[in-house]
Amino acid sequence: MSNYLKLVALGLVVFIAALAANWGRDLAYQVHAILIMLVAAGMFVWVLRQTDSPQPTIDTSGYMDGVIRAGVIATGFWGVVGFLVGVVIAFQLAFPVLNLDWAQPYANFGRLRPLHTSAVIFAFGGNALIMSSFYIVQRTCGARLWGGNLAWFVFWGYNLFIVLAATGYLLGATQSKEYAEPEWYVDIWLTVVWVAFLAVYLGTIFTRKERHIYVANWFLLSFIVTVAMLHIVNNISIPVSIWGSKSVQVFAGVQDAMTQWWYGHNAVGFFLTAGFLGMMYYFVPKQAGRPVFSYKLSIIHFWALIFLYIWAGPHHLHYTALPDWASTLGMVFSIILWMPSWGGMINGLMTLQGAWDKLRTDPIIRMMVISLAFYGMSTFEGPMMSIRAVNSLSHYTDWTIGHVHSGALGWNGMITFGALYFLTPKLWGRAQMYSMSAINWHFWLATIGIVLYASSMWVTGIMEGLMWREVDAQGFLVNSFADTVSAKFPMYVVRGLGGVMYLAGALIMAWNMWMTIRGGETVTAPVGVPAE
Amino acid sequence: METYSFLRELADSWVLLALTLFFLGTIVWAFRPGSRETHRETADIPFRNDTLPCDKGCPDCACKSAPKFDLEA
Repeated sequence: MSNYLKLVALGLVVFIAALAANWGRDLAYQVHAILIMLVAAGMFVWVLRQTDSPQPTIDTSGYMDGVIRAGVIATGFWGVVGFLVGVVIAFQLAFPVLNLDWAQPYANFGRLRPLHTSAVIFAFGGNALIMSSFYIVQRTCGARLWGGNLAWFVFWGYNLFIVLAATGYLLGATQSKEYAEPEWYVDIWLTVVWVAFLAVYLGTIFTRKERHIYVANWFLLSFIVTVAMLHIVNNISIPVSIWGSKSVQVFAGVQDAMTQWWYGHNAVGFFLTAGFLGMMYYFVPKQAGRPVFSYKLSIIHFWALIFLYIWAGPHHLHYTALPDWASTLGMVFSIILWMPSWGGMINGLMTLQGAWDKLRTDPIIRMMVISLAFYGMSTFEGPMMSIRAVNSLSHYTDWTIGHVHSGALGWNGMITFGALYFLTPKLWGRAQMYSMSAINWHFWLATIGIVLYASSMWVTGIMEGLMWREVDAQGFLVNSFADTVSAKFPMYVVRGLGGVMYLAGALIMAWNMWMTIRGGETVTAPVGVPAE
Repeated sequence: METYSFLRELADSWVLLALTLFFLGTIVWAFRPGSRETHRETADIPFRNDTLPCDKGCPDCACKSAPKFDLEA
């Protein structure tokens, strides 16, 4: 019976999408309508072929790992795509001729740049967060994922969101909000998927067999809940037409800017920090074979982080129309935030107390430790840059880009690589990764790549900030904007090379994952039993 | 009073106080007497639940029965 309802619903989706493809007012909307029509038609055929035939019974005696295996592969795939686009746009900045004439307007820097940020943050980072939260919540609750195939809906729905967002940018659909570029219908779809994600996650926690909720789940749950809130508030907009991708924001002026950076900074705080800290609090103890250094510190870390982060957004709007009290508030909270951040870093690093020798023998632990080191560095650099006087030098320069990448490549990237190296052998029933020396290569390529990236951006950012403010004895500006651009060329090349090294490391990882997966057998992990 | 002014004054007085007290309360709660054992037991959660095979038909398999919580261990 439910299959007939599914067929009716899918048929309606195909029909409406076909109408939308015909009546669509812009190219991105029409391409998306055709895409949705094809996906729905494919699902229609798939459901139709299964209707009235006996259903294979699903073995629910073990953990639900299939969706996590898919997530591991998607994370590796999107990581390589995102890093590749990053390398392309880095060289486009150094050599503008790479904005190829024949590929205009689709492959210019302006359209590829949001493709890069969304691919690494939401496709690579988001898939990493979803798959590892599915893994962690089952293992720390001793319960199978709640909701059956709802977890598969979350996986495919989220990746459809990625495809819609990415193709939309290339075809020119954007609402011009940084890290929130997708247009209204893509936002609505993400909201639906995210509510399903929350339901699966909470349902699993509600059916847990452990009495206590392990701290990693606190961080992951705060990530899911807060991202839902941020996403909805920052994307309140009214579409110009239901048959077009263009929409108009409800907020305007400084209110819109404040909402955007309340969203933007908390995307860093709850997507790239709280969520990845949830991964850290599970994978670092697991890989080190020791419980977290101080569980009390992890509780204080959690509450301090979520109480402080939410206020830090206004530091993006120093010297703007935003009232001074608001940007001072953002600055003060950003500086206080330094303390819980370092508390968390110390907690992660000290988990290795008594096992420091593993740094020499275990390249996966080394990856996790360097990731915590970059977490510490960027959570010191960030509060410093939020101080108004420092910000007057650093804002709008490449220093900001360097800061973001030391956090994103160093902290988020490295902890995700560690998690992938931890999960791939476990999920495909292998003792370890196919090649341990390839992990070593990846580690050094990625680390040297980040160092090249961050140091060239420090140099070019501070240089450019100083050049912009340089005045002669009569008070005239000494440099034109084009002077700074040509002065930055060598650092842009070094940054691009750092990106090439980081990408090369990721390609080695993809090969290593491929070899590990191909050689192993799928095992079903049993549901655990609670504490004795 | 305007809605904005009312909310603004509420936010920087009573709500600020309530949130601060809640935050301090979480720290005090983390250090409550007896928390050490609970935290030690909770911190060990990642080391359970992933290695124990349970549906292999072992005679006294406990995994299908009601969960046991024994914090005194």
